[in-house]
Amino acid sequence: MTTKSPATAVLPPQTAAPESPAPARVTLRGTVKTGRRLTVPRSVRRSAGPVGLVLLWFLTSATGVLPESVLASPVDVVKQAVELTENGELPGAIAASGRRAAIGFLIGASVALSLSLLAGLFRLGEDVIDSSMGMFRAIPWVGLIPLFIVWFGIEETPKIALVALGVTYPLYFNIYGGIRSTDAQLVEAARMMGLGRLGLIKYVILPSALPGALVGLRYALSTAWLALVFAEQINADAGLGYLMSNAQQYFRTDVIVLCLAVYALLGLACDFAVRILSRRLLTWRANFEGEV
Amino acid sequence: MTNSTDVLNGTESPNSTVALNSVEIRGLSRAFDGHTVLHDLDLDIREGEFVALLGHSGCGKSTLLRILAGLDDEIGGEVTVPARRSAAFQSPRLLPWLKVWRNVVLGLPGRPDRALAEKALDEVGIAERATVWPKTLSGGQAQRVSLARALVREPELLLLDEPFGALDALTRGRVQQLVAELWQRHGCAILLVTHDVEEALLLADRVLVMDGGRIAHELTVDLPRPRDLTTPDFVTLRARLLDWLGVTRTLEGTPS
Repeated sequence: MTTKSPATAVLPPQTAAPESPAPARVTLRGTVKTGRRLTVPRSVRRSAGPVGLVLLWFLTSATGVLPESVLASPVDVVKQAVELTENGELPGAIAASGRRAAIGFLIGASVALSLSLLAGLFRLGEDVIDSSMGMFRAIPWVGLIPLFIVWFGIEETPKIALVALGVTYPLYFNIYGGIRSTDAQLVEAARMMGLGRLGLIKYVILPSALPGALVGLRYALSTAWLALVFAEQINADAGLGYLMSNAQQYFRTDVIVLCLAVYALLGLACDFAVRILSRRLLTWRANFEGEV
Repeated sequence: MTNSTDVLNGTESPNSTVALNSVEIRGLSRAFDGHTVLHDLDLDIREGEFVALLGHSGCGKSTLLRILAGLDDEIGGEVTVPARRSAAFQSPRLLPWLKVWRNVVLGLPGRPDRALAEKALDEVGIAERATVWPKTLSGGQAQRVSLARALVREPELLLLDEPFGALDALTRGRVQQLVAELWQRHGCAILLVTHDVEEALLLADRVLVMDGGRIAHELTVDLPRPRDLTTPDFVTLRARLLDWLGVTRTLEGTPS
């Protein structure tokens, strides 16, 4: 490439006719308009897609193109939301599901934290725990539902256990990875400054594992809601999943869509909370924070 | 005195010169996977003495410093060092999640002492940066914090592992000046590992040249302080050190 002369590289011979020589100068025309330009704010552009889809949904339902047996119209979904909130069914279901998610998350998080600390801090722990976790990770946890029902029955326990299991893996791997990515130079310097084993863990190892742990927390919370959706499909007598499977029996697509929307909103709320938490806890970081 | 001295890997030193020497190294050797880095090395550093250690990369000078710091104990021979010693490294190694002043008093017993940290930061000239995150510091400022962190422990032996290596030339001069002042004020023994001949001659009482895992050459620097690197004596000593390091000056200017 570099051996080619610029003239032959730029212009094929036939266009380089002597009567029309290549222009020696080019004029660069600006794209900036002199007058006022119509600019749409970014937030409007970003929301245009979802709003348009809802509008399309509304229009197709209103005109009967989309039958109610396939998907209820957005108006019906909102009506159902109001009705079920007023008679207390929806808040009750959210409370029941939230309780399962919270208990399952706490159990899973405690297990993940203890295992990742043992595996991260001690070589013996790593040898024993990490390989086992890698092995269990290969089992699709949703596939354990039948086994959990055999073990724990059909009450609350299998649902909480499934959430706990789904939470454990992402937290474990991220905290363990965070502990092991601690800068050995910082450990050395801190040891030189007189920190003992506990001091090292408190001031060096755990803080450096924190960014990874927060990433794990985001995964874990979204997994918790996902696990709940699966778990509540089986023999629930309360909760969002119960509401959904009940609605399925009566072909109430409006309630099903409402429950899906509530799941999504709860997931988004958790994600938002973790992002706020990350911003507060990681102010010390000097990482790339995205361009304005 | 016996309590303030650590004997690393060996029996109590029977020597009566303990009171005079801050560091005593006898027959020290260290090998990595069969490859010997330190060969039966002997070295004494007197109390309050400033010693510079020169040598090519991989000659074992950083290994020696890590052993004196107590960060490496797979050694043969005997090393006696003060219990109160601290270090500053080429990179400042501040904990990014602790504010500057908390970094300074990290590892000291008791509650973090803000006043003590600020006094130490004031000594290195950046008291006003006490409450910021380390990420906002410039390279020179971070290195000053690192020095404050080392000195707040009132060490009897200060180990410096190329602490000026990553600084630009102007900042380096200022921090070197600062180290000279701090050394005279604190009176601790200093072992400075460097590969900069002029830096060694500007700062040290004694310059050692390491080669092949041994102290190959030793030079006592008798020049009056503050030292001027343009005096004929300085130039003569520099030429001798460069010759020992195997650097021949074929170009005008500072050899690499």
